[in-house]
Amino acid sequence: MTHWRIDPAGADALIVRFGEHIDPALADTIRLATDRLRTVASVRDLIPSYTTLMVCYSPVHSDFERMAAKVTHALEGVSAVTSDARSAGRRVEIPVWYHSSVGPDLERVARYHKISVEEVIHRHSGCDYQVFAIGFAPGFAYMGNVDPSLATPRLDTPRPLVPAGSVALADQQTAVYPISTPGGWNILGRTAVKMFDRQQHGLCPVSAGDRVRFVPVSKEEFLRAGGNVE
Amino acid sequence: MTPARHGLGVIKPGILTLVQDLGRFGYQHLGLTTGGAADEQAHLWANRLLGNSAQSATLEICYGGLQLEAQVPTRIAITGADLQPTLNGQAIHTWQTHNLVAGDRLHFGHPKTGVRAYLAVQGGFTIEPSFGSVATVMREGIGGLDGKGRPLKSGDCVPCSATKPGPLMRVAPRYIPDYSQPLTIRVIEGHQSHQFHPEDRQRFYSASYRLSNHSDRMGARLEGPALKPRINGIVSEGINFGAIQVPPDGQAIILLKDRQTIGGYPKLGTAFARDLFLLAQRQPGALLRFTPGSLEEEQKALRRFYAFFGFTFD
Repeated sequence: MTHWRIDPAGADALIVRFGEHIDPALADTIRLATDRLRTVASVRDLIPSYTTLMVCYSPVHSDFERMAAKVTHALEGVSAVTSDARSAGRRVEIPVWYHSSVGPDLERVARYHKISVEEVIHRHSGCDYQVFAIGFAPGFAYMGNVDPSLATPRLDTPRPLVPAGSVALADQQTAVYPISTPGGWNILGRTAVKMFDRQQHGLCPVSAGDRVRFVPVSKEEFLRAGGNVE
Repeated sequence: MTPARHGLGVIKPGILTLVQDLGRFGYQHLGLTTGGAADEQAHLWANRLLGNSAQSATLEICYGGLQLEAQVPTRIAITGADLQPTLNGQAIHTWQTHNLVAGDRLHFGHPKTGVRAYLAVQGGFTIEPSFGSVATVMREGIGGLDGKGRPLKSGDCVPCSATKPGPLMRVAPRYIPDYSQPLTIRVIEGHQSHQFHPEDRQRFYSASYRLSNHSDRMGARLEGPALKPRINGIVSEGINFGAIQVPPDGQAIILLKDRQTIGGYPKLGTAFARDLFLLAQRQPGALLRFTPGSLEEEQKALRRFYAFFGFTFD
């Protein structure tokens, strides 16, 4: 049974809260809710996150009372179908070249858990991750949960530049850097997949509610797919 | 793409001049922020004076220094901060229209009042939108003249059509805001307001805060009595324009047009948008106060505000 509450978030937005704690099962419910609200009139933006869905609406055409009623109506029955909502999101494979030359923290993560680099790669690529939210930068997808046997704290000092395509983890989260930016996550490898691409329909290969599997590939495959080693 | 030859030629870009409109909607789920004019009131007045659509782009001129040359005859309006503009060396008034002929030089000095001036041309600038908007978001590299989030630079041409001279239109003095007045920002409280001790909320509403000089288009940072939320962080969630969030150091940040789309600090509430348009005209060091406001009141007022400027959102 899914419960939610609706709170105002200013005069042109409300936030629907589905829970208080990060839980991959919530992601399916939130994805389903997002899909249902997409066609509701006066909605300008939908921002799904780990436990919430923010609904931004036109303050000219609606107000909190009316919008809350529309959202409540649209979400009726969401809980009932949660069990088969696994189909709400897609499963996306992201090929990764795991190697110390593009994954400078492979060794650090291995040392942290007293395991081999091979075992780090095996654990990171051995399960599906839920996409919880996209934010921080266009196309930056927060994914989880990373198994506690691999979870590793952020670097004490962030790197001044993490190259685009870097596949990284921080605590129980994992992500791909869509652009080159400063960052403090542990970098394990690199993908040729563009996480934010103006030329690509839909702009991002993943959305909140999708599941992602990282697939180890060779340097040759990485380069053939357009990967950049710079 | 060959550079447009007709429009306003940029001789000097000034400290920071950005193409803006009312922002980019429909992409926040992919992490694209809305951006948009920091002071919508001044932006909308500039367009209204010229009979433009409320959606037309303006130049947001921050702190001045911008020097332009008209390459075509055009009618312009300047609103917002008084950056002591001159036309061919002669001081001109703000909050009104001016007729320019080709070759005219328009210079902006430094702020006499306010921070950001808005410049519109009749018929609007003709700039290709990126994701439905021309709003310049430098951090994301999206929008603006080149679509890549770059501020204006010397040698740019901000394209617009030649227009005939028109009658003088000006904003009635009673509608022109006085940016030197003390500013009280009204706050719509939200569900996380109770994450703060009652004494802390009391302190927030009774104390004065200063606008920090670390403020920018992403957020206005406040300096004053620290607030202590009961929790250090929340599970990251969507953040709206005006959200007042409190990081562990206790110094509140009001999130503005170029904010990140999701964030994980507890929030005291959300500021009235119309008060934030006035905040966009306050210089660092300005004294700010806060008071609880009513959601219903702000919704009604905001609807009137946009209706007045003919903005319907679609």
